Amino acid sequence: MSDVILLLMTGLGLGALYFLIAGGLSLIYGLMGVLNFAHGSFLTVGAIAGWEISKLLGGDSWGVLLISMVVGALVGAVVATATELLLIRPLYLRHIEQALITVGLSLASVALFEGIWGVDPNYVSRPPWLIEVTKIAGALVPNDRFLLIGSAVLVLFGMLAFLRYTRFGLIIRAGVENRAMVQALGIDVRRAFTLVFAIGGAVAGFGGVLASQYFGYVSPHLGGNLLIFAFIVTIIGGLGSLVGAAIASVLVAVLQQFANFYLGGTGDLVIVVLLIVVLLTRPTGLLGKRAH
Amino acid sequence: MNFLSEIFKRRGLIVGPLLVAAMAVLPLIDFELPGIFPGPSSNPGTLQILALALLIGSLALSYHLLLGVAGLLSFGHALYFAIGTYGLAILLRQTDIALLPAMLIVGLVGLVVAAVLGRISLQVSGIAFAMVTLAFAQAGSVLIRRNSEITNGEEGLPINTANVPDYLVGVVNTKNLFWLALVIAVIAFLLVTWFEKSRAGHVVAATRENELRVRVLGIRPTRVKILAVVSAGVIATVAGMVYFVLQSTASPANISADLTLTLLVIVVLGGVGSRWGALIGGVIYMILDQRLTSLARAPELKELPEFLYIPLSEPLFLLGSIFILVVLFLPGGFAGLAKRFRTGKRAKLKELA
Repeated sequence: MSDVILLLMTGLGLGALYFLIAGGLSLIYGLMGVLNFAHGSFLTVGAIAGWEISKLLGGDSWGVLLISMVVGALVGAVVATATELLLIRPLYLRHIEQALITVGLSLASVALFEGIWGVDPNYVSRPPWLIEVTKIAGALVPNDRFLLIGSAVLVLFGMLAFLRYTRFGLIIRAGVENRAMVQALGIDVRRAFTLVFAIGGAVAGFGGVLASQYFGYVSPHLGGNLLIFAFIVTIIGGLGSLVGAAIASVLVAVLQQFANFYLGGTGDLVIVVLLIVVLLTRPTGLLGKRAH
Repeated sequence: MNFLSEIFKRRGLIVGPLLVAAMAVLPLIDFELPGIFPGPSSNPGTLQILALALLIGSLALSYHLLLGVAGLLSFGHALYFAIGTYGLAILLRQTDIALLPAMLIVGLVGLVVAAVLGRISLQVSGIAFAMVTLAFAQAGSVLIRRNSEITNGEEGLPINTANVPDYLVGVVNTKNLFWLALVIAVIAFLLVTWFEKSRAGHVVAATRENELRVRVLGIRPTRVKILAVVSAGVIATVAGMVYFVLQSTASPANISADLTLTLLVIVVLGGVGSRWGALIGGVIYMILDQRLTSLARAPELKELPEFLYIPLSEPLFLLGSIFILVVLFLPGGFAGLAKRFRTGKRAKLKELA
């Protein structure tokens, strides 16, 4: 029983990380049709910014962690906005080229991170509480899982509220549904493009700081390693669907943990099989609209 | 005038064989290309780099068949390359089969795997196809890492030379491997050309442009698409096998998503849809990759200020940046640029008229 609870909590924690990347990816693809390979780099740059600021401020208090989260999110948002304005916008609606340019950006940025911060992992300091464990029904669950799950749930509801109750949210939702119609109504949908990139970048940068807390280190490949799973999550959840991405994140991460434990480390393989099954039976994903 | 333009059109028939002949004599002479070759061309180190470059060029050609001809964006093409490297490595280690039959068996495996996976992945199209192929390659990568008693895990599987003929083993014989790589590249080029000019190639190209119209004409595009996937898979498998003998290790990097992304970069830099662009792009990429790493350690660089030195010492940073610039400003890649230079004058005249 305690195994099951520990696996479940770890799966949920990892699922939270997947969601923080996949949520932005899914919105960006849903609205703009851009498959963003550089999204992992947004996460990495957030993680590095958070680590640098916590080094600067020193100490391992909650306050420092909070500041590094905010800084990580801000840096992620700025980098993502710059990417959209400088690289994506000039190739308006040329989806293959847009995807290619993000491939180039991810190659170049990871190499740049390696050049500046080195290939080896840099260990982060954590508030003492996060390293301790809490006993739930006999299982010793590391506390960082709660931080991850709580943050991801807050982000999910924050994003849903933004999409539902603000004018920009309305435009984004309408744009995912039918971009041509939104443009026909005289709304400049390109502002919404920049906005989803900024939101996706902020969430990924925030996720980067959380990922560095979860893994205990920052490395240039932090984002890239998570990105492949985020892609799989996005496809399973349905491109463009935030709730789909959330459900699929949990499904994928929990399944991965259980398969790793009970089926002899076959977690990644099980996920790939799940992806293939979903694609062949339901090519648009669990909650996806028709593909662009 | 017509005669001249006919020759111009068929210049590939003249330039191609000349190029191959020039390459073929390289191991016999001491041709120096400072800055690009690490030494004279008869030097095994130079031949090794050139042979690797030719094999990556062949691999890029096979990717061109998918992306440039059939319009299929695959993120898992490295899988077939790894079937070549690991398939041959495992057969040579676990069995007593001689090199040539072993290569035939591995080639067949590549063909069957490509046919089966192609059949499944072509159920979907576009970005979804890219994702399924990525997932297959990912599954292969997991299999290689997990079964370390057969594949030797992260370390990579070294070659067992017991059944490899002597003339392919050792540094002294690098020139034989170079010629083998050259033959592979020529065969790959001829195969891809033949495929493009065949009826199947025309159907595939038509499907790339407008699948619905092809269907309306009563042709089933799936079968020819599978043919393209299988051909590309077999070429990649063969390139992988020779690459393995040359490098004498099969490593997990052979199946990484990075390798497929690199192929994508090469084909786009060379110019999507251009055979020469893919082949030459692959060759240039590999030489740059080998040389940039050593150039990055050049002492002159170290004297530059840090903000210049760090980016310049990362080959992938330079490559990624060049790639971004090409996508932004040179649609059609370097092949497109060359074409623009050739036709530039005529186009301007037309504009005036």
